[in-house]
Amino acid sequence: MTSLHPTPGMGEPSTSGRFGHFGGRFVPEALLPACLELEDAFRSAWADPAFRSELDALLRDYAGRPSPLTEARNLSRQLGVRVLLKRDELNHTGSHKINNVLGQALLAQRMGKHRLVAETGAGQHGVATATAAALFGFECIIYMGEVDTERQSLNVFRMNLLGAEVRPVSSGSRTLKDAVNEAMRDWVSSVETTHFCLGSVMGPHPYPWMVRELQRVIGDEAVVQCRALLDGGVPDVVVACVGGGSNAAGIFAGFVDTTARLVGVQPEGGAAIGRGLPGVVHGSASMLLQDEHGQVSEAHSVSAGLDYPGVGPEHAHLAAGGRAEYPSVGDAEVLEAFQLLGRTEGIIPALEPAHALAWVAREAGRAIPAGATVVVNLCGRGDKDVAHVAALLGRPTDAG
Amino acid sequence: MSATLERALRARRDEGAKLLVPYVTGGLDEDWTQVLAAVVAAGADAVEVGIPFSDPVMDGPTIQEASTRALARGTTPASILADVRRAQVDVPVIVMTYYNLAYRMGDLRFARSLAAAGVSGAILPDLPLEESAVWEAEAAAAGVETILLAAPVTPDDRLALIAERSRGFVYGVSRMGITGERADLATSAGLMAKRLKAVTDRPVLIGFGISTPAQAVEVCMEADGVVVASALLRALLDGGGPEAAADFVGAMRAALDAG
Ligand SMILES: Cc1ncc(COP(=O)(O)O)c(C=O)c1O
Repeated sequence: MTSLHPTPGMGEPSTSGRFGHFGGRFVPEALLPACLELEDAFRSAWADPAFRSELDALLRDYAGRPSPLTEARNLSRQLGVRVLLKRDELNHTGSHKINNVLGQALLAQRMGKHRLVAETGAGQHGVATATAAALFGFECIIYMGEVDTERQSLNVFRMNLLGAEVRPVSSGSRTLKDAVNEAMRDWVSSVETTHFCLGSVMGPHPYPWMVRELQRVIGDEAVVQCRALLDGGVPDVVVACVGGGSNAAGIFAGFVDTTARLVGVQPEGGAAIGRGLPGVVHGSASMLLQDEHGQVSEAHSVSAGLDYPGVGPEHAHLAAGGRAEYPSVGDAEVLEAFQLLGRTEGIIPALEPAHALAWVAREAGRAIPAGATVVVNLCGRGDKDVAHVAALLGRPTDAG
Repeated sequence: MSATLERALRARRDEGAKLLVPYVTGGLDEDWTQVLAAVVAAGADAVEVGIPFSDPVMDGPTIQEASTRALARGTTPASILADVRRAQVDVPVIVMTYYNLAYRMGDLRFARSLAAAGVSGAILPDLPLEESAVWEAEAAAAGVETILLAAPVTPDDRLALIAERSRGFVYGVSRMGITGERADLATSAGLMAKRLKAVTDRPVLIGFGISTPAQAVEVCMEADGVVVASALLRALLDGGGPEAAADFVGAMRAALDAG
């Protein structure tokens, strides 16, 4: 009902895949036909009630949706703002990534592809993709930077248990950016049999739009849950972490046409919005950390899932139009927030959503007025990070 | 000024020659412009200079390694173009790079900087038809010919459009995949050339994976010429200098001339 927004909403991109100035299809000719095919396939599937109900059933019976919206009473008391947690960490495989992957796997099946390739940073998207591949009987190859195979080694083993092959990537910064490069190289060579199961709202059109639509279930659920909890009202602030930006896009999509403030929290060392410049990499134009010549810079973050120098084009557009804001937080604050939620609520978050929590903890009573209601997208659980955080905090995990 | 590249390549083709275009990563080593001179002396009809990009998604391990090495030496687009200008290469020079380097500088400024260095053509593999119109216009305004790529999966109607909009020559990608040396020539290479020849009178060159003189000869049964990159770079990365490059290109030249 508040469709009178002067600022951009989250509609369909233009026919060239643009959100304002951002987006597009900057891919080699060899991939262009596949992008067009995927766009057609997604458009027809998304309009097909049979596809939608098949996906809904998978999300419900396999992934465990809807995820609850939890009052974080202890944390709220401590911070002086009312914190509601959207519990996507309770999904099967432990993060929001499964929402997107189940949709893309169904689509791959519809397109007659029997092999999935994907990039992964934290390993959550890789695990989700390996899971869907096992379920659908697809071959599955996951590209993961060598730095990440080390700091998220548990997830490497999980992917192996699920029958996927994990290929460590040793080029460049050996993190998510390079895993994307390698997955694209695979796709160029295998596009006729293979679907590139991209894990975030990035890449060439239609990915940013398609992945946002597949993640909007988070926001669509949350807006209804908020209405029930807030006497028909909407929260004051909706907060999510931003790597590529898929969990943020998913929850924002539910609230973009309301009065809620939308906040996407970036890692300081990967704040493409704010510290980046317009650039083109991995298939789309967006904001990008780069040097004066246009060489892409390496991001730095304690969180493998946010260690990425770019950001999804729709976020660049929402930032340019002022509809969403994109502050950043540092690793030390993130490690604090990671521990805070465990102590106050008995929930260990992934390091990625710990960024969103860190911003709330820092800004409660400042940028977030005392007493305001804040929805935090708790998009992943911290199991994968426990060993890494223990090492960072200097606590041995095998001391018995 | 205009159509320098296409005129030169058509003229060579009209003489009955098969076209040979070696690729060298700009700034690879201190003596990289001597490599350029060596491949020209050995019979290159044009040379392709790669401006290294941090994230070359169309490139396999060899060109990635060359790019990383050149970037680690502090190579920049400006330093490569300054080298090219000084080198006074007497065949057309084509730049191959990724679009972000042009985007950062601004399309027109980048195109003008190419022209000012004496570069006559540009290949930007991450700009498909859908995204390249603005660049093509700015490049043309600066006097730079934009070479477009066609791939084995390109449907016929698109192929015709690519051939029509391409300038200089049409670049047919030999196989579905990235750059890199190959032991075997893909069967898709000849077919690619044949399909392009059927829709255009522009020179048709095939590249990606052409590694040996025999492969070059085989592709040129259909194509007007070849682009040779990774196999040449391999020789350079393995320590061969300008002489090794000259030997490599000379052998290909001889094989192509012998038919
Ligand atoms: C739990 C979690 N949250 C967030 C992200 C970052 O992705 P996005 O910004 O697309 O949500 C990841 C990526 O690995 C993740 O595992």
